[in-house]
Amino acid sequence: MATQDVLPAGRTEKVSLLYDPRARSIFFQLLIVALLVLGGWWIVDNTIENLRRSNIQTGFAFLRGRAGFDILTSLIPYSSDSTFGRAIVVGVLNTALVAVTGIIAATIIGFLVGIGRLSQNWLIRKLATVYVELFRNIPPLLVILFWYQGVLALLPNVRDSYSLPFSSYLNNRGFYLPMPIWGEGSWLVLAGLVLGVVFSWFVARWARARQMETGQQFPVMWTSVALVVGMPLLGFVLAGFPLTFDIPQKGTFNLTGGTNIKPEFLSLLLALSFYTAAFIAEIVRAGIMGVPRGQTEAYSALGLRSSQGLRLVIIPQAMRIIIPPLTSQYLNLTKNSSLAVAIGYPDLYAIGGTILNQTGQAIEVVVIFMCVYLSLSILTSLFMNWFNGKMALKER
Amino acid sequence: MNKAKVILGAAVLGLMAGAASADTLDDVKAKGFLQCGVNTGLAGFSSPNDKGEWTGLDVDFCRAVAAAVFGDATKVKFTPLSAKDRFTALQSGEVDILSRNTTWTINRDTALGLNFAGVTYYDGQGFMVNSKKLPGITSALQLSGAAICVQSGTTTELNLADYFKANKMEYTPVVFEKFEEANAAYDAGRCDAYTTDQSGLYAVRLQMSAPDDHVVLPEIISKEPLGPSVRQGDDKWFDIVKWTYFALLNTEEAGITQANVEEMKSTENPDLRRLLGVEADTKIGTDLGLTNDWVVNIVKGVGNYGEIFERNVGTGSPLKIARGANALWTKGGLQYGMPIR
Repeated sequence: MATQDVLPAGRTEKVSLLYDPRARSIFFQLLIVALLVLGGWWIVDNTIENLRRSNIQTGFAFLRGRAGFDILTSLIPYSSDSTFGRAIVVGVLNTALVAVTGIIAATIIGFLVGIGRLSQNWLIRKLATVYVELFRNIPPLLVILFWYQGVLALLPNVRDSYSLPFSSYLNNRGFYLPMPIWGEGSWLVLAGLVLGVVFSWFVARWARARQMETGQQFPVMWTSVALVVGMPLLGFVLAGFPLTFDIPQKGTFNLTGGTNIKPEFLSLLLALSFYTAAFIAEIVRAGIMGVPRGQTEAYSALGLRSSQGLRLVIIPQAMRIIIPPLTSQYLNLTKNSSLAVAIGYPDLYAIGGTILNQTGQAIEVVVIFMCVYLSLSILTSLFMNWFNGKMALKER
Repeated sequence: MNKAKVILGAAVLGLMAGAASADTLDDVKAKGFLQCGVNTGLAGFSSPNDKGEWTGLDVDFCRAVAAAVFGDATKVKFTPLSAKDRFTALQSGEVDILSRNTTWTINRDTALGLNFAGVTYYDGQGFMVNSKKLPGITSALQLSGAAICVQSGTTTELNLADYFKANKMEYTPVVFEKFEEANAAYDAGRCDAYTTDQSGLYAVRLQMSAPDDHVVLPEIISKEPLGPSVRQGDDKWFDIVKWTYFALLNTEEAGITQANVEEMKSTENPDLRRLLGVEADTKIGTDLGLTNDWVVNIVKGVGNYGEIFERNVGTGSPLKIARGANALWTKGGLQYGMPIR
């Protein structure tokens, strides 16, 4: 192109595709996608070919087979005659149980310790610091083993159980509690509870409206507590006290009756919640310290008490800083629950491992692992993102 | 034990097995020692002692084979193997003989290309309880409602479920991934009973804080015949290993021991003269591809089956296991040596 006409205005010169940045970027992206697909296809094809060559059955048909082994604790009816599929479900539920209870416990402990680290009281501040530094710097597996072999294993055996109030017992087989058995007319109690919650919500709405109108405050908190406790009690009285307790009795080996919380579950729950609480405490402290000092002065200037200020001014702003990292900690707790295999708590990973050994269906079992942990994590994330959206600064 | 991996390994190594020549006896003689696959550490069967020497029933069986081949029981080297890689090691020719408390099953005899030479130890799954804590328990049938420690992913776990179901008993399984975890939990009193192969129970008992408090219950709920195995496709080598086992039994039956084997040579009994290879023109040893004094060498090297048993797992050992099913057939047991004639 030695001689070139000057182009009229508004027309760009046609560049060769080779030098067009858009064409190049599309080309390279397509190339990467194609390479990824090819690589994935090669891995899958290779696996299928090797399995076929070694005469290994593939597919998920094995899940319909008889499991043949028993499981320590299960939330749904399960016996060795159940299928492998049902055993997997038992594992998923056990994982979910320890994850959900662990998240609740860790949040409560974490918030208390986090606020404790900002306390005016020297002793509380130092204790909270020691707690955080201790648990944050120990691997979670060690914390689990510490609770299982260092604390719960040292409890007395069944015959010398510690007797606790309400005919509960604590020994090295776990925690035995009386099991409430609801009799005729128990639905009244449940109905009372539902009514109590609904009434509380209405009271809160009405109180807020009244405060907007007149500026007068109403003790919403105490009213709600009274309603939520009082209404079920009223139902209980109306139904004629339909409650009996199944109380643990000493048998040959064990206490029978009542309900038994197994030491495997207890140690895992305590370990996961104590370990994760240390991280949550730091997140809470960062969140509260992230609220500018001026906010404290501002609410004081408005004449709010410090408890009101904390509740209405500081915490709502701190929550915006706290929630995103909190989500990560919840996910960590869920994934760390797979360490249960070390102490014999039958979570998904432990039961899946047994099934893998008995059937040899390694690939299928690992796929199930991936899907379940991924789903649990995504559900947690979705919920936390929704919550975060609710707490976010509303710009109007 | 992950079957898939084993089969996969077997398939791969099936191709390599060509590397392990078809004449194991010549290979072993050329090397100058026998390579023997044993357990990494199971008291009484194969475990290193405080001097670092391998000891145990499985170990002594390999020494007996070495004595038969070389006339010297020390010409043997040991390869400690895990449950997972034991078959691969044999198939690939890494070891000449697998003597690692391995249960003889049809799957291993066929699909995995093994040949079992005999049953050096008749075992079965059993239960152990702490007699201090549970003085009244004398039978596994009294274990209804008990918590039981067991290792996961083993046939043990399945046998346990079947046994309790068949006897309509309740139990709480406490399942651990590793041997050590299950032992620790049982010792701490988390479980009322512990279950695994009986020989394993005696070994575990030694590791408890108070071994004498624990009793092994009499019930055996499964068949676990443990024995040495070799690769398929080498009948000569298979014969040598098989008849080494029978020679150990026959010498015990004849009362030939490590101490009296030399004076026994001058016996008048034709049966014993044939066994010890001192009969004129005998060809028993040379037909096997060995020397005629092969039985004498075995007994000189390690003693007869009874002596091996008592030394490693019986009265002369910390395990104190009774002969039971492993007694000779003449004494009501199952051990029966085919006639050497």
